Parts: sequence; C-alpha cells; structure tokens
Amino acid sequence: MNIIVPLRQVPDLVEELEIESGGKDLDREWLKFKVNEFDDHALEEALCFKEDHGGQVIAIALDANDADKALYAAAAKGADRVIKITGNFEGQVASRTAAKAMANVIAQLEWNMVFAGVQAVDERDGQVGVLLAHFLGVPHVSVVTGVSNNGGTLEIHKEYGGGIIAEFEVAPPVVLGIQAARQTPRYVPVAKVRRAMRSTDLEEMDAGDVSVNVGSQVTRMYKPEAGGRAEMLEGSAEEVAAKLAEIIRSKV
Amino acid sequence: MNVYVITEHLNGSISDHTFELLGKAKQLAGGDSVTALLAGHGAEGLASQLGAASKVLYADHPNLENFNPQSYCKAYSQMLKDRMPGLVLVPYSSMGMDLASGLSVSLDVPVLAYAQDVNAGGGKITVVSQLYGGKINVESEVDGDSCIAAVLAGVFSADEGKADGSPEVEQVSVDGLDDLQVKFKRLIEPEGGDVDITQAEVLVSVGRGIQSDENLSIAEELAAKLGGAVSASRPIVDNKWLPKTRQVGKSGLKVKPKVYIALGISGAPEHIEGMKDSELIIAINTDPNAPIFDYANYGVTEDLFDVVPALTEKL
Ligand SMILES: Cc1cc2nc3c(=O)[nH]c(=O)nc-3n(C[C@H](O)[C@H](O)[C@H](O)COP(=O)(O)OP(=O)(O)OC[C@H]3O[C@@H](n4cnc5c(N)ncnc54)[C@H](O)[C@@H]3O)c2cc1C
Ligand SMILES: Nc1ncnc2c1ncn2[C@@H]1O[C@H](COP(=O)(O)O)[C@@H](O)[C@H]1O
Repeated sequence: MNIIVPLRQVPDLVEELEIESGGKDLDREWLKFKVNEFDDHALEEALCFKEDHGGQVIAIALDANDADKALYAAAAKGADRVIKITGNFEGQVASRTAAKAMANVIAQLEWNMVFAGVQAVDERDGQVGVLLAHFLGVPHVSVVTGVSNNGGTLEIHKEYGGGIIAEFEVAPPVVLGIQAARQTPRYVPVAKVRRAMRSTDLEEMDAGDVSVNVGSQVTRMYKPEAGGRAEMLEGSAEEVAAKLAEIIRSKV
Repeated sequence: MNVYVITEHLNGSISDHTFELLGKAKQLAGGDSVTALLAGHGAEGLASQLGAASKVLYADHPNLENFNPQSYCKAYSQMLKDRMPGLVLVPYSSMGMDLASGLSVSLDVPVLAYAQDVNAGGGKITVVSQLYGGKINVESEVDGDSCIAAVLAGVFSADEGKADGSPEVEQVSVDGLDDLQVKFKRLIEPEGGDVDITQAEVLVSVGRGIQSDENLSIAEELAAKLGGAVSASRPIVDNKWLPKTRQVGKSGLKVKPKVYIALGISGAPEHIEGMKDSELIIAINTDPNAPIFDYANYGVTEDLFDVVPALTEKL
C-alpha cells in the first residue's frame, strides 16, 4: 500500500512568539520552524507499515516555512518520494486551503492511505486531515494510535479519554490523523540529511486551484492575560527549594 | 441565534464536555432555541438527561450504536443540513475531532477549532481559539451567520448544562449508513496499572523537560518523600518511559490531587484539561512564558535538575 504523509512546519514553541504590530498575525521575521511533532509520528508509523508490508511512503509539503528541510529529512528516514506542492503559501495558510492544495495533488498520485498528524498547534481553521478526507471523498479516523494490516483491511485503534481505545476495521482508501506511532520516531543525524539533499530528487507539483472560502477573519491576536497567574518564587535553587518545601508541608 | 450541541456519549453515559457546551448554548441562544443532537441505537433514553436543551434531534441506526467517524459524520450532517443558519457547538474531543471539520465541508459552514470562548452578541459570531500550545489567543469573526465551533474541554461549567426534564424528542431519519468502509469493532478498556494516579494525594508529574528516562529517578525520589506517585505528560508515555496509566490529560486521566508538581511541562491545553482542578499546583519550568504558569499557584523558572534534588533533600 502507498502511504502519503503530509508534513507541516510549525513554529518551535520553545522560542518566544511575538505578535506583529497589526495585532493579527505572528511576527514571522524570526520564527524558527520545526516539523509538527505528530507528523514525526505519522511518518514513523508509515515507515514501519512499509517495512512490514511493502509499498511506498510519499512525503508531501506545501512550499512554505522551510519545507525542503522537512522533506529531505523524510527522505533520509526512508521516504521513497518527496513532493513539494508549489503555489502562493505566504503567511498563515488556512487549513482548508492547505487541504485543497493537497487534495489536488493527491488526486494525481497512486495511493491507499494518508497519514496526517492529528493536529497542529498553529491553525484555527479545523483539521487538515479531516478536511482533506472530505475533499477526496474518503472516510477518516482521527486520534489514531495503532494501524495494522489484516490482509488488505486495516485494523485501526483510535484513542478516547482515560486511555480507552476504540477498534475499527477500515477498508482503504482512508485518511488517518496519527496521534502516536507504534515506536518513538526515528532520529536521523544531520550528515545523513545532507547526503539525502544531494541524492534525493525533490519533486515539485503545482497546487492548482485552491480557492476556498474560509468564512472568518482574524480580528485580534494576543497573549492570554496573566489573570490567575502563579506567584513566582525567586532566589537560588536552594532558597526556592526551601520555600517550596514549606508550601508543600503546609498542605500534606 | 439557534444553537445546536452535539451530544457525546460512550458506554451509555454522556460526557461532561457535552454538558459544558449545553450550558454555554443556553447563554448564547438568548431567546432562541437550544437543540441537542443525539445519534445512537436504542439510545433515546439519554434524552432525559438533556433537559438544558429545548429539543433533542435523535437519529437511530445499528451503525450509530457506537461512535464511528463515518456514520456519525453522515448522520449529523443530514440532521443539520436544513437547519442552518445556526451555531453548532462540537466538543473538541477525540470524537469531536472527527466531526467538526467534516461537518464544515458538508454543510459549507466555517469551522473554528480550539475554541475557548464563543460570543454571539448583535448577531455577529466571534470565537477565541487557543493556539500555539496555549501561548497565543486568536479572535475570529465569522463572515456569515453560521459557524461550527470545536470547543475545548473544561472552559465552561458543566453544572449550567445539567438539567433534568424531558425535552421534546424529534426522530430524524438518516440514510446512507448501511454501507460503510469504517466499521466499529470493539472498545478496549485500559489495563489497570501498578499505581492509580487518580487516588494519589500528591503527584509529581514529569514532562519533556525531564529529557531522558534515566532522569525519572529524581521525580521518583521526590514522590517517595511525599508519599505520592509519579505521573506524566503525553510525550513521556509515547516514548514508553512510563505506562499509559500514568498519563494526565485529554487522552489520559483526570486528576485532582492535593498537590500537583509539574516538572518540565509546558501546559498545553490537552494537559491542562487533566489537572487544572488540583488543589495546589506548583510548576517548575525554565520558560517564563510557559502556559502552565497561568494555572499554577506557585511557579519557579529555575532548572528542574537544580531545584528538585534540593527540594527532596529539604523535605
Ligand atoms: C488529541 C490529543 C490528545 C492529547 N492528550 C494529551 C494528554 O492526555 N496529556 C498530555 O500531557 N498531552 C496530551 N496531548 C499532547 C499535548 O498537545 C502536548 O504535546 C503535550 O502536553 C506536551 O508535553 P510537555 O509539556 O511534556 O512537552 P513540551 O510542550 O515540549 O514542554 C516541555 C517543557 O519543559 C520545559 N523544560 C525543558 N527543560 C527544562 C528544565 N531543565 N527544567 C525545567 N523545565 C524545562 C520547557 O520550557 C517546556 O515548557 C494531546 C494531544 C492531542 C492532539
Ligand atoms: N501546510 C501544510 N503542509 C503539509 N501538511 C500539512 C499542512 N497543514 C497541515 N498539514 C497536515 O495536517 C496535519 C494537521 O494539521 P492541522 O489540521 O493544521 O492541525 C499536520 O500535522 C500535517 O500532517
């Protein structure tokens, strides 16, 4: 089975996020991007599935926020094809637009499953995986923590609260929103990514017509008010530890 | 504004998340109606718990007995199709994640995810989404008069939405549910763990800031001193450093200990959902902007590897 894995670069949350002076977008000048953590899991699950059952893993990404880097890293990890979707993707791209672009490209590929990340932290307009499934006219299952192959039919585990799992039987084609791979996503050393940059054919495909109606406008972006904020304890590690010990002891 | 709420149920009980949305719906509807949407099989009886709604729309089919992303999407979209304009509140839960965006396409109505507030004053719908792991809020204004809002758990009070009474139930017939590519098989309950973190009075909870499984010992030593247990955020469990039974949050367990000590946890909404009702919350995190500090009573921005051993020694 061929598996398509859409990769999304999201701002690294360890870095400070600033809002631009207009107050409607992040200040994008210094943003540092990294692959969405759930996409690492989606790619890992796809590679494991391929290792067990054959087929191809095809990583795709919109041409935005250093997509090449994510695609070459995917190639270094074992993706068979890496495709950059070209078009105008400046600034924040609505999920719907991204999903439409992917649907246009995916329609030209031979595929059985899409493994998207379950969600990304940076978009208010719904989940790309689910939107994509509806554009492609295929079913979807989100919050997936297990995929296994039963002679062409898939056995899917979807996670609810409290660790309860629902098991579904699914006949592909299908889009899955992957929450966690069966194992910790593999790591590739930088040297291997560099080698992949030299040896990989990074394909480009045009997004085509991506006109969609998002149906809402951003009116304001702000950092949450520090309303019920914690009382911050200052001092050396020793001093802070002493204060904490006192606070905890008064409670238990 | 007519408001519709999707009723989430599992094993015969309606989620608190649903009641939170019903409470909010009553407030948003003003003089207009609040309608609860219910899909199931032989589940009509659940309507008696939906007294906060003025009406319940109910779809019954064998393939709706258990949640199924495909059959539920089809059912809800048929139930809502001729009832727009309106505001649809969907729990942003595991089930709701399979519904909100799909309904948005099939109904051609905008969707706003990660909603932590919804307003509908003056006929204009605005939604505040909590993005970037809780670090940034984004307010959106909807162009038309319909919207699907996927609302986070725990932001509105469930009490407001809990009311007895038997609202009028209208059966809605839905089609296209016989032939599905997605089939529900079974529910798998989690295995009991070595420790029940929901019963512990003190939880020392570790996040990605702990860096490696070898470092877990510093959390274990602190927990041992306090007679508590070690719990964790999701990445720690996904890395298999601790069993699933130790996970706090949306897809883990909800905990309410006397003391919750968060070590190297950023405070993503999915984590907060599981621990915000703890009596006393202490957070140690090197990032002064970490959202966890918005929920903690006491905060420390020092390196956890310096503070925790010192604290264990002092206790
Ligand atoms: C459907 C769904 C369900 C989910 N369910 C859950 C759930 O049940 N529970 C859950 O926790 N998450 C859940 N998540 C994941 C959630 O979105 C976050 O990814 C996760 O909570 C982040 O975990 P973290 O805070 O440990 O890691 P990070 O966000 O990476 O934070 C690590 C923190 O450690 C700090 N740090 C680093 N080094 C140090 C140091 N030396 N000393 C002190 N601080 C340090 C950093 O400043 C940072 O703030 C879910 C996600 C989805 C999509
Ligand atoms: N611009 C994009 N390029 C490639 N993949 C994307 C893009 N946006 C979203 N995705 C995929 O959809 C998943 C969910 O993102 P989101 O729906 O925005 O929360 C991501 O984890 C990716 O797998």
